[in-house]
Amino acid sequence: MLHTLAVLVENSPGVLARVAGLFSRRGYNIDSLAVGRTEDPEVSRMTIVVDGDDRVLEQVTKQLHKLVDVIKISDITADEYVDRELVLIKVNADHSQRVEVIQICDVFRARIVDLGRKTLTLECTGNHGKINALEETLRPYGIKELVRTGKIAMVRGTKNNTGYQDIGTKEEN
Amino acid sequence: MEITAAQALVQCLEKEQVELVFGYPGGTILPVYDALHDSAIKHVLVRHEQGAVHAADGYARATGRVGVVVATSGPGATNLVTGIANAYMDSIPLVIITGQVSTGMVGTDAFQEVDTTGITIPITKHNYLIKDAAQLPRMIKNAFYIASTGRPGPVLIDLPKDMAETKIKFYYPETVHLRGYKPTFRGHPNQISEAAKLIAQSERPVIYAGGGITSSRSSAELLALAETINAPVTNTLQGLSSFPGDHPLFLGMLGLHGTRAANLAVTNCDLLIALGARFDDRVTGKISEFAPQAGVIHVDVDPAEIGKNVPVHVPIVGDVKQVLQELLPRLEKRTDPSWLEQVCTWKQEYPLRYEVEGALKPQYVVEKLDEITGGQAVVATDVGQHQMWVAQYYRFRRAGGFISSGGLGAMGFGLPAAMGAQIGLSGEQVILVVGDGGFQMTMQELGTIVEQQLPVKIIIFNNSVLGMVRQLQKVYYEGRYTAIDLKFNPDFAILAQAYGIKGYTMRSKEEVDTLLSQALAEPGPVLINCLVSAEERVSPMVLAGKSISDAIDC
Repeated sequence: MLHTLAVLVENSPGVLARVAGLFSRRGYNIDSLAVGRTEDPEVSRMTIVVDGDDRVLEQVTKQLHKLVDVIKISDITADEYVDRELVLIKVNADHSQRVEVIQICDVFRARIVDLGRKTLTLECTGNHGKINALEETLRPYGIKELVRTGKIAMVRGTKNNTGYQDIGTKEEN
Repeated sequence: MEITAAQALVQCLEKEQVELVFGYPGGTILPVYDALHDSAIKHVLVRHEQGAVHAADGYARATGRVGVVVATSGPGATNLVTGIANAYMDSIPLVIITGQVSTGMVGTDAFQEVDTTGITIPITKHNYLIKDAAQLPRMIKNAFYIASTGRPGPVLIDLPKDMAETKIKFYYPETVHLRGYKPTFRGHPNQISEAAKLIAQSERPVIYAGGGITSSRSSAELLALAETINAPVTNTLQGLSSFPGDHPLFLGMLGLHGTRAANLAVTNCDLLIALGARFDDRVTGKISEFAPQAGVIHVDVDPAEIGKNVPVHVPIVGDVKQVLQELLPRLEKRTDPSWLEQVCTWKQEYPLRYEVEGALKPQYVVEKLDEITGGQAVVATDVGQHQMWVAQYYRFRRAGGFISSGGLGAMGFGLPAAMGAQIGLSGEQVILVVGDGGFQMTMQELGTIVEQQLPVKIIIFNNSVLGMVRQLQKVYYEGRYTAIDLKFNPDFAILAQAYGIKGYTMRSKEEVDTLLSQALAEPGPVLINCLVSAEERVSPMVLAGKSISDAIDC
């Protein structure tokens, strides 16, 4: 089963290598991983989609927690959340096909961001399923180039699922 | 006043009350060596960086303090790798400082450059590459804190040469602020009550105690627990010496080469109390048949160990010492003798045995060593058959008296580790039992032992083969012995003499008593080359994939 983890990490050099290395050496399967800054420049947020049963997920979470640079992990799979992927697709679209492709674009609420003599470049955001559907629909026209981000996700409502306010608390000892 | 970061580093070590460091100099670490010149901190110059890190490991195990290692970039750092991995697997607190090429050269394949932090990510608890010299003192503070708290482990600081030479304003932080690192020390009170309840209900409890007892220094609490609830105790390899080896409740080691009594007790128990142990594959054998009837209480400071290999009924995350201190007052004294009688029957029925008659037997030498030292010596081993014979036949009566490479099983560990232990425990009897194979992996440290005037007693079980590998080839490969012959060994007694160490050769059983007594009484280092048979095997043995209750005689 796929799980979506929201992971807050220190924005320190090598943190991506630590997390990615942990997954590979312990044999966990990453479906996707997206990482970027948060509102706090010292903290990055990773959205990791990982495949495994509950036991695997427990180990993934515990092993991630052991990394000193990992601040907080939330498995938001069971929560209501908004998730998005972004895709850029360069698709064949000569004169005869252009209108059709533009219509498909409209259906998927994708935007045309560039034009070539024989191609169109589209941008589309949505959840995993929608992006897959767009990709499949465009495939018959001939996809020249395609790039997808991993999924990013955020829990719905006012609840701050990552407990972000808490992480500023400092431990004295 | 501004000082260089290298000078600040040395002052930080002084603030951490580091009395000595093990190291080996080289180009990029020279600023640190220059700063050490003015310090009271002693530097132990080893003969190979691997020796430095194993020695720091032995020192840390023996004293409970953080071992400190200094080495240069490139080959200095790569030579540390085995030792760092060893400390990581056995949860030993080390702080390792490596030189690095100057920041402007990092990433250019410069002379003696390797990606030290990259290489050591999987084998350190944490590591730092210093890119801002002013941050160095905070990183050192963090490193000592991370290395020594929670589940201990090695922490590495990679220090580029230009950073080491940068002037900074010295300060040493009093506190650490690590929002991603907050180890749990106190067990959850409800879980501790649950554990007490389960113990009260159990009829056939067994205590399975590992290296966590040694690292949290909780032998006294373990003894109190065992005696209060009258439960037999078995140790993992790393747990040995945390419970008195001559105690009537002691079952010996469990697992692959464990005693039958320990393995039968675990297989038949209805409650397994796991303390600072991690259900390693060498302990459990076929995991589905490990303690099949038992409820499991698992106390460990590392939450990731709980439920990793076996399901646990009462998980308690916390420092074993603190958890036991809180658990003990909640327990009733138990006296029901029937389970213990059963366990005693197994102990009598299946003692460890070997053929005493005839030639010089390694098991006999260990038994004699135990007798002469009263189990009070600190015994370090290398890895292999001799290690198992020490684990089986030496009855440890000094808490923390066993120093051995468990998780990594790194041959070459023994000699430098014994050296580090002896430095930490001056005035105590430190004995190394080592095979002829492992001894030759790090024997260059004899030079360090002489230089530091360390009275380590070295006992080589010399069978002129790689004994454990030979045993495996006998059992699993029909005796098709391949690449195990060491018949071109040097004469180790003469080798010792070349270093100025007293060297003896032991050939017969009759010599054991006198030679051992004589060697142990010597004020300086002694090496005894014991000539033993290659045919001797470690017994009993649980074959791969079998239940631990199903051991064979070897």
